[in-house]
Amino acid sequence: MWQDVLTIFIASALINNFVFARYLGLCIFFGVTKKMETAVGMSFTFTGVMLIGAALNWFIYKYVMMPLHIGFLKIVIFIGVIAAFVQAADTIMKKVTPALYYKLGIYLALITTNCIILAVPLLNADEYADSLFKSMALALGSGLGFSLALIIMASIREKLELADVPRAFQGLPISFVLTGLIALAFLGFSGMITL
Amino acid sequence: MFGQFTQSLMNAFSHVLGAYLNKLVPMVGVGGSVETLEKVPFDIILYGLVVLAALGVVFGIALAIVSSKFVVKVDPKVEQVRETLPGANCGACGFAGCMGYAEAVVGNPDVAPHLCAPGKSAVAEKIAQITGKAAGKVDPKIARVFCQGGRSKSQRKFIYTGVMDCTAAVLAAGGDKSCEYGCLGYATCMRACPFDAITMSEDSLPIISKEKCTACGKCVAACPKQVIELGLMSKAVVISCHSRDKGLDVKKKCQVGCIACGICVRTCPVDAIKIDNNLARIDHNKCINCGLCVKKCPTNAIHDYLSPRMKALIHAEKCAGIDVCAKVCPVNAISGDVRAVHRVDQSKCIGCGMCEARCPKKAISMVPTSGSAAAKPAEKEMAAV
Repeated sequence: MWQDVLTIFIASALINNFVFARYLGLCIFFGVTKKMETAVGMSFTFTGVMLIGAALNWFIYKYVMMPLHIGFLKIVIFIGVIAAFVQAADTIMKKVTPALYYKLGIYLALITTNCIILAVPLLNADEYADSLFKSMALALGSGLGFSLALIIMASIREKLELADVPRAFQGLPISFVLTGLIALAFLGFSGMITL
Repeated sequence: MFGQFTQSLMNAFSHVLGAYLNKLVPMVGVGGSVETLEKVPFDIILYGLVVLAALGVVFGIALAIVSSKFVVKVDPKVEQVRETLPGANCGACGFAGCMGYAEAVVGNPDVAPHLCAPGKSAVAEKIAQITGKAAGKVDPKIARVFCQGGRSKSQRKFIYTGVMDCTAAVLAAGGDKSCEYGCLGYATCMRACPFDAITMSEDSLPIISKEKCTACGKCVAACPKQVIELGLMSKAVVISCHSRDKGLDVKKKCQVGCIACGICVRTCPVDAIKIDNNLARIDHNKCINCGLCVKKCPTNAIHDYLSPRMKALIHAEKCAGIDVCAKVCPVNAISGDVRAVHRVDQSKCIGCGMCEARCPKKAISMVPTSGSAAAKPAEKEMAAV
């Protein structure tokens, strides 16, 4: 079972990386990778919200929705749970740790409707509804995988500022080209583990 | 108990809607991981409704509790100050935007209320009122152009026909102006100014509006010749030249350049002027705006932003004839016997204000000369005396 957990973790972080293999969360991915500082801040906030959000949703799915056979409502309910949790976290953080709030708080609002945050509970519900550990492994792996993608992209885009990019490709176009290239590289991970 | 409740609800539903609902329900689409059923059982619809409603209520209550328990009191003063500030987010105050300054000035007693450069003294006073701090003296800054050599007064190396922009012109051998320190005159600063404070004169020199300039420094950054600098508005005498060429070279290139002759250095009554690297510079900490150097400069390189200047006027009833004013006057415009009322020769007076500063009886005031209504009666009074 622990081997499964590790497999899920690595698979979700590298092989099925949400940005480079599933092409989700691109809006935040392009939004915050202009600077390394924002990318790192987003990484921490994102991974934290992902873990807690996935755990909350797992409990609700396992102990409320499954027994009542209302699994088909998962999209609606998961969105509601995440939105409520993020809003509460935002309020609590503002009061308890204002310093952290000013550093990371602006990202919380962005995260509320992020598709990776929603995708992880949905995947958990479909595949790992039986085990909390497996669900958490998927959440942590996805969070770290997204952080990895953000940091790789931010470091390249900071260098890109100095590069002589043709005018038509400046800004987002060259970033998409880059994402494609990194995605090609990430393709090398596939086949490392067969699930 | 929950099951009984739903059972009774379900019965009530089916009683009310009867066969009609039974016909309708199977047409409801199902998706996701739920296997398609011929008929959707009532209890699933009910559970869905109940769970969603319950979650909504729980989250609503939870959020209400959280937001009331963890409420952060925002000082209403911060909002007031932020509304007072111009909102340009220029960063001249040294804080990250207007909101940052508003928070700092309300929260931190050491932060002065007059740091907003675009807001000037009006905003400083309002902030001081809101925060209860002393307003402090605002010495506003203004952008000054350190070149007077317009097209008619300076030589050109070649005829520039490229893009009419200083940053482009400077790429062509440093610009077409023969003086490499001077203003190129292609109005890059005018386009950079966010407040429309810069206009170009007919002689292709920027003119900075005293009223509109907020000393934001955008033109300073835009000028490829670094010919614009920020200076204090109160320091009105400025050597408007940046040329570090030797005197003879300056004369060949420009009629109004500083030739570092040193006359201003010798003229200055407070030793505020120094020549460094073939260029006279005024130490504005010492300068008293007397304007003597302006009159003496052989090339008119020194510009007096106070002109037309006011003239000294001695109030006869206060004058005790102490003679200090006559001694201090650099142009000998004041005459009079000791213990008798002194007079100012208006044709000689240059409006430097040194006599006004020195008179112990405060008998001298500076009045406008341009024959304004306020000045005339005073002159008549003088004549009568």
